[in-house]
Amino acid sequence: MGDNILEVEALKAYYQMSYFGVNREVRAVDGITMKVKRREVYGIAGESSSGKTSFIKVLAAAIRPPLRVVSGSATYDFGGPPTDVTVATPAEIDAIRWRHLSYIMQGSMSTLNPVRRIGRIFEDFAARPLGLSGSAFRQRVVEHLGHLKLSPTVLNAYPHELSGGMRQRVTIGLATVCKPDFIIADEPTTALDVVVQKDVLSLIKNLQTEMGASIVFVTHDMSVHANIADRIGIIYAGRLVEEAPTRTLFTAPKHPYSAHLVASLPRIGDTTQRPALEGRPPSLAAPPAGCRFHPRCPLAIDKCKTEVPPLVAVGTDHRSACWRANDVEPLVPGHSRAGVAA
Amino acid sequence: MSSLLEVADVSKRFQMGGILGRQEVRAVDQVSFAIAADKPEIFTIIGESGSGKTTLARMILGLERPSSGRILFRGEPVHHENKADRLKFMANVQPVFQNPFEAFNPLKRVDRYLQSTARRYLGARDKAAIEAAMDGALQKVGLSLAEIAGRFPHELSGGQLQRVAIARALIPNPPLLIADEPVSMVDASLRMAIVNLLKALRDDFGVSVIYITHDLATAYYISDRLIIMQKGRVVEMGPARTVLDAPEHPYSQLLKASVLSADDAGAGKLSPANDLLQLSNERLARADASRLEDREDGRRVRV
Repeated sequence: MGDNILEVEALKAYYQMSYFGVNREVRAVDGITMKVKRREVYGIAGESSSGKTSFIKVLAAAIRPPLRVVSGSATYDFGGPPTDVTVATPAEIDAIRWRHLSYIMQGSMSTLNPVRRIGRIFEDFAARPLGLSGSAFRQRVVEHLGHLKLSPTVLNAYPHELSGGMRQRVTIGLATVCKPDFIIADEPTTALDVVVQKDVLSLIKNLQTEMGASIVFVTHDMSVHANIADRIGIIYAGRLVEEAPTRTLFTAPKHPYSAHLVASLPRIGDTTQRPALEGRPPSLAAPPAGCRFHPRCPLAIDKCKTEVPPLVAVGTDHRSACWRANDVEPLVPGHSRAGVAA
Repeated sequence: MSSLLEVADVSKRFQMGGILGRQEVRAVDQVSFAIAADKPEIFTIIGESGSGKTTLARMILGLERPSSGRILFRGEPVHHENKADRLKFMANVQPVFQNPFEAFNPLKRVDRYLQSTARRYLGARDKAAIEAAMDGALQKVGLSLAEIAGRFPHELSGGQLQRVAIARALIPNPPLLIADEPVSMVDASLRMAIVNLLKALRDDFGVSVIYITHDLATAYYISDRLIIMQKGRVVEMGPARTVLDAPEHPYSQLLKASVLSADDAGAGKLSPANDLLQLSNERLARADASRLEDREDGRRVRV
């Protein structure tokens, strides 16, 4: 696998349910192919119910019924033999979890056990994968908390005694104390205030650079992606619709949905009318035929209603799934002015 | 000039802790502003969590009584002992809450809320009048009764549901809406639809909106005037563009510096503004002796 730490091949993961003999299928992840390089921050953007959470559930090897992997693979390479999490045994997953593959969760209040002190939570999480105990373990944790600008006294605190920003730093600490190679971060800063958000983001970025880890960073907030991701993949209705390096995606998007996401960001110093996308994301139980974006797409032609556009290269490192990729114009009037502002 | 809403020297103190070690928390400290009756505007309250912005909103809605100072709506206090007076006031000042999925009961159809609002505030009795009021309000937010009737909250997207919540608030034709973080739980792609809607309400229907947020970018985009609050105190207030283009108080500068911009996408500019953080904390430490000072460009700054 060489340069890539993760390779996802034509992954399809559906929720399959059967009530009273009626089968229902929700195609949450429908044929995603992507690769994550070593030491890279890969941003995944998409609105709620676009299937991004189902996708990272598969990546985190948390595949529980009714979610089933129908076909495809997601293979990690951590130096040893590659692990395909879609077929791995529980023992194989146990061997990579926390030590190599880690997960920063969204709600810090529901991640941390409210009746256990932070120090005990660290023991529960990390003592076994680290293989340390007693004072050696405590020393390792204290040292790690130092990187996160937390004092050792937080180990004696209960989660409710800490502020939201501190709690989120503790969850980041839990996910990174074993020095994993691959971190999945699911909306880690969405619930935070602006000042704290920037602080936590820079912390994640510094840790990532220091440890040389790869991160898959999931959020619907494009301005967060703009500042932390190296490459961005846009998910719409269970499919990857565009993938590009961050700068390219913001200046020259090649899919109308990404163009809209970028254009709808308000900026300080600019009061021109921002377009809003009408309609709602399609139901994954009965997605529209052809390109799933066509009912909301301003560029849709007849072909879009019947034929599914493949994700193809449209430039260096740049893939887009749109029949009219070459007709997509960046919608932002402010972008020509951005140079002046900077 | 008569004012629609007048907030004069309003403070709110909460008691915290037990008999031993009782502490007083000043959630809101001497806040004053007024909204004119003849000129609809979007008035924004910016602050982080713990800044007292929600407490202030609750006091304006009459859900909380100020410890000192007064809040007048059309010259009358917002707190009413009498239920009929209270209803009359509520028809004029309507709230929109942060999370539409929590504001609606998941087991009830959304149009039931619209119906009961119409029945209570408009006194409408027959079905046709109620439906006309519902449809009128839904049209204002770009929906229609045909789309919404009989739907449960889970069948609508966050953006649609928030628009229904705004439509519900519009049924009694209130001159003032209090929107507490109306977009922070809505997906980024749908966010602008709500923000544009608030703008349209002001421009087309003459509704004034008190928009409470921590998002400076949308505040810049839609508001006419704003106040920035830090730990219960107003640190800077004035015309939105003047203040946000060149904030003067260190705390306002800190907030602006912390906004993640998409302009330098991919540049990875993430270093926090620690010097501003320190400055604003220093100002906070000696805030007891501070006061608001007028500036020539129409803003007021705490010095």
